[in-house]
Amino acid sequence: MSDATVHLRTDQLSAMYGKFSAIKNVTLEFPVNKVHALIGPSGCGKSTFLRTLNRLHEMTPGAWITGTVELDGQDVYAPAVSPIKLRRRVGMVFQKPTPFPTMSIFDNVAAGLRIHRKLPRTELAEIVERSLQRAALWDEVKDRLKTSATALSGGQQQRLCLARTIAPEPEVILLDEPTASLDPQGTQRIEELMHELKTDFTIVIVTHNMQQAARVSDTTSFFYLGDMVEHGPTKAMFTRPKEPQTEAYITGRFG
Amino acid sequence: MPTTPPPDDVATSDASLALSAWGDRIFKGLLVASALAAPALLVALLWQLLSGAAPAIGAFGFSFITDSIWDPVAEKFGALPLVFGTLLTSFLALLLAVPLSLGVAIYLTEFAPERIRQPIAMVIELLAAIPSVVYGLWGIFVMIPILQSSVYPFLEANFGWLPIFQGPIYGPSVLSASLILTIMVMPFIMSVAREVLLAVPAGQREAATALGATRWEAVTTAIVPYAKSGIVGAIILGLGRALGETMAVTMLIGNRHDIAASLFAPGYSMAAVIANEFAEAGLGTLHASALTYVALILFAVTVLVNAAARLMIWRMNRGAGK
Repeated sequence: MSDATVHLRTDQLSAMYGKFSAIKNVTLEFPVNKVHALIGPSGCGKSTFLRTLNRLHEMTPGAWITGTVELDGQDVYAPAVSPIKLRRRVGMVFQKPTPFPTMSIFDNVAAGLRIHRKLPRTELAEIVERSLQRAALWDEVKDRLKTSATALSGGQQQRLCLARTIAPEPEVILLDEPTASLDPQGTQRIEELMHELKTDFTIVIVTHNMQQAARVSDTTSFFYLGDMVEHGPTKAMFTRPKEPQTEAYITGRFG
Repeated sequence: MPTTPPPDDVATSDASLALSAWGDRIFKGLLVASALAAPALLVALLWQLLSGAAPAIGAFGFSFITDSIWDPVAEKFGALPLVFGTLLTSFLALLLAVPLSLGVAIYLTEFAPERIRQPIAMVIELLAAIPSVVYGLWGIFVMIPILQSSVYPFLEANFGWLPIFQGPIYGPSVLSASLILTIMVMPFIMSVAREVLLAVPAGQREAATALGATRWEAVTTAIVPYAKSGIVGAIILGLGRALGETMAVTMLIGNRHDIAASLFAPGYSMAAVIANEFAEAGLGTLHASALTYVALILFAVTVLVNAAARLMIWRMNRGAGK
């Protein structure tokens, strides 16, 4: 693939907690406007890998990395790069929905926008509405934007977090097992959304669920014990895995 | 089929079962009794206060709270300066202690290097264990001389246009008592606020951070709002402590039955007057009854403050949970 379409790239990336290496020498490329799935058994390092991409990894005491992460050709770990600004370009949704419980639905979606800059009231309202629509939540909440976000169901809360993440218009969206705590219906809605959202964003999703990876992603990487074992187009990987470990995992022999 | 007598161990276990059932009943009775003892004590205390204060209530009625003359010889009693002193010193103490303790709590949970968090918190919590009379002594011999020689003159020179910083500088004063109270309630507010902040789920912090918030923005947008009701609880705990604090205040407030505009002037508090005068008020005199009336008011104020706090926390939680 040509360089212009590669959005996000890691080179020989290792992530450590103290002396423990959670991931080792991972080199991966994420082209623009595609969905990339990271799969592997628990503890394989896929979540840690995701957290290095927006530099959330380093917030953990004792955490550090070697190697590089590049966004649009720029090393995001360079001293001149502010992690605050980076995270405004690389948004993230977590496994458990994390709405701010003291804020209304409206204020939750506006939270990121308000941190970044002062917007006129009408413009803010427009962006909040648009973000909720893109997260397929608008119709369910448009009559109660002022009520607390905690009244929403788990699936609604997760879509609210998605709306909050896309409101400031990041370029990349990281999803850390976004459906792990949702029921099948909530899961399905999030998966449908990913197909729509990839026209605007580059999406990286960590998932435990191989069917989910097969359904939503264009490319898949298989992680095992901190190593990136195999990477390729999702279809090829699930039909003709190259590595025996990958085959064992996707056929359900372990994990 | 030969009938076998029941084996011995079954028989003994029956007996021990009955015994343990009795034990259960006794244990339960003890627990119920101790659970009931606390409210019973409260009721008894309230009744004692009411009956002890009855003569003074009969003599002065509600004007007890609005009158300022306190003359045991003439048997004229008015508690306004006492109520005022208690409320003012507590208010000033909270005014200073709340930002200080919340600042320390936020620093210790969010910003301080991992290694110093626990030691600093422990040292501050140790402050709460120092007996109040030791604070009083320290206040008289160390704090007041420093305040008198530098802090109070500075306040008078620069803020003397405010009536609260005018007039002669006494050592023991409303301001001195408020400052010692500040130091005394700070560890309470700090340690509860710290626990509350530590209980905020990591996901909240990460969610704000992932949105591009700085550490400070994460604190103000996610962490403090999440902990809000608990922080209010911490402040109320400090207020309750300040309202009832007796020894150190008695030693530092100056014990003058008067309301002055200046914070440099001595004042009095409800707890302090009771501690000072109970020994000299003869049993069954109107003086003793008036002191009991003061105790009743102090009791009522602290109960009201606590009730108001609980109501606030309850409403906040309901608001957040809806």
